[in-house]
Amino acid sequence: MSNWDKFVETFFNAKVMVKYLPDILSGVVVTIELALLIIVTGLGAGLALALLRSLAIRPLNWLIIFIVDLFRSLPPLVIIVLMYFGLPYAGPAPSGFVSTWLSLAFVLMAFSEEIFWAGITSIPKGQWEAARSTGLSFGQTLFNVVLPQAFRLTIPPLTNRTIAITKGTALGTVVAVTEILGQASSAMSNSYNPSPLMMGAAAYVVLFLPVVVAARWIETKFAWKR
Amino acid sequence: MTRHIVDARAIHKHFGTLHVLKGVDLKVDERELVFVIGPSGSGKSTLLRCLNRLEQPSSGSIMVDGIDMLDPKTDINHARRRIGMVFQSFNLYPHMTALGNVMLALRKVAGKGRAEAETIARAALERVGLADRADHTPGQLSGGQQQRVAIARSIALEPRVMLFDEPTSALDPELVGSVLEVMRGLRESGMTMIVVSHEMSFARNAADRVVFMDHGLIVEQGPPAAIFENPTHERTRAFIGQIQRH
Amino acid sequence: MIEAFFNIEIMKAAWPIVMTGLWNTILLSLIVVPLGLFGGLILALLASVRSPLVRWPLMAWVDFFRAFPPLVLLVLLFAGLPFAGLELGGFACVAIAFFLNTGSYYGEIFRAGIDSVPAGQVEAARSTGLSRMQSMRYVVLPQAVRNVMPDLLSNTLEVVKLTSLGSVVAVPELLYEARQAQSITYNPTPIVMAAVIYFLLLWPVVRLLSRLENRALAGRR
Repeated sequence: MSNWDKFVETFFNAKVMVKYLPDILSGVVVTIELALLIIVTGLGAGLALALLRSLAIRPLNWLIIFIVDLFRSLPPLVIIVLMYFGLPYAGPAPSGFVSTWLSLAFVLMAFSEEIFWAGITSIPKGQWEAARSTGLSFGQTLFNVVLPQAFRLTIPPLTNRTIAITKGTALGTVVAVTEILGQASSAMSNSYNPSPLMMGAAAYVVLFLPVVVAARWIETKFAWKR
Repeated sequence: MTRHIVDARAIHKHFGTLHVLKGVDLKVDERELVFVIGPSGSGKSTLLRCLNRLEQPSSGSIMVDGIDMLDPKTDINHARRRIGMVFQSFNLYPHMTALGNVMLALRKVAGKGRAEAETIARAALERVGLADRADHTPGQLSGGQQQRVAIARSIALEPRVMLFDEPTSALDPELVGSVLEVMRGLRESGMTMIVVSHEMSFARNAADRVVFMDHGLIVEQGPPAAIFENPTHERTRAFIGQIQRH
Repeated sequence: MIEAFFNIEIMKAAWPIVMTGLWNTILLSLIVVPLGLFGGLILALLASVRSPLVRWPLMAWVDFFRAFPPLVLLVLLFAGLPFAGLELGGFACVAIAFFLNTGSYYGEIFRAGIDSVPAGQVEAARSTGLSRMQSMRYVVLPQAVRNVMPDLLSNTLEVVKLTSLGSVVAVPELLYEARQAQSITYNPTPIVMAAVIYFLLLWPVVRLLSRLENRALAGRR
């Protein structure tokens, strides 16, 4: 057998790939579930924190800033490990799935709060003054005047950050989550063959590459006018 | 017959489907100050930028000081030392002082040592009246001062020809005079200059020849008196009439 | 709770192990960050070439490695390559995976920086006879880097945090050592120690970044 054939036999073994395809696919489902949960809860919490910050209550702000700094400084894997291996000693024992979801959601919350906040503060005071002087309340001004303008500013950094963080779902393998990498790794050890890993890699590319390309397109659409 | 220091023939330039230069011939002699005027879109800036190959003509030939500017074998960086260019938006390097701006090409293109480059640079800044601003960054200089530093940046390399692309159009009116004065000084020292500009009184007083361009062609050219007082062509008349009204 | 998470006895016992880990994390960072910066700079310089023949494959490469989760890349190199007869140690796998992944991120940042320098700068430089390389080196790059410094800093922070992935392929950095200590002592205190150390190490940079970003935004209405 030529070297090329050997290579294909090893890394793209049709028999092994077919056998473990269902596992990989179920891994894809888990990855997507995780990603969606992280995005929705992370961005939602981040926006909520930014809105709370706009109330300008000092002690609250200090707390928010501390939490945000905390989750921006810690590596996501450390948070996951702490939650999964450490938290049980204090009582609650979250599953690998929940640990991964919550950890990454907290990280996304921290980064997105900063981005939303930057967007809100970049809107000139004059906008607030004009709106309030026509009688609009704080909330109405926020939702009808300020946020729509801040939106444009936040989209490029937000898409980048969200993609980077949701790729972290692969970290779930470390805490036994049955997402793509986890499934691929088990399949690989069971079959003594790396083809499942190649399939897993392909699954990630298929999932994330379109998102990255779409993000690039979105960035150019919302690009800064210099 | 002495060779023309700038000899551009049959210059055509297309930008996609847009035919911007439609066969332009321009010959300039040493020490001449040629003023190029015309409505916007006439191709005057494009012509100027072809002369130092910032724009690549679609066809034609350009000889500057005996160098074939369009020959791919020509060392374009070496050639550009002989041609100075001053831009409408100055284009000073914001991360360097005035002195640094002038010294960069002296060191990297002319290969001068640091001490020698500094001496030459300071002399050039002196010539434009900004010796005391050598250590200021562009952000600390007014528009007129920035443009004068830009001129110093070019003359430090001792070019044979200087190209001016609307040098005063981006300046507040009260700052224009300082730049024109430097240009006058250059002319007096015998520099060959090709100037694209709207400063008509400067043209009247200092130019040897005025060239009127419209729609990618040279319509008429001659001494300032002839062009401004007695234009031959209808379009020249119309343009002169328009700008007189200001 | 203190017993479990801030156990003094265990802190003392685990201290040397955790310190080794910290040291390795710093060492690892000092290697992968310059590697990534170098890779990114090369990519960005290549991207400034006008020809679409170069830009398209380059953009595909960059998008690919931005889409590909770094952990998967790492595992692929560490667990997959041996099947091809190539047994690279955990450290080498980390270096390669990071070079590819972070190089792409740095590349995008550098590229944005280079694009942000006005074309007039290059024209002025070229018109004084500076070559393409000289213009890039003395005029464009200094301005480009200055313009994207916050993003460069932010990405570097990410790279340092990413070193924790080394723990998955047995590179003895901080998280790995902490987990070792945890499994020996059956107590999560070492992991808490590691978390605190990461926080103390990286929080100043986070604060600095926050201030830089706010300043940049104030200028950019």
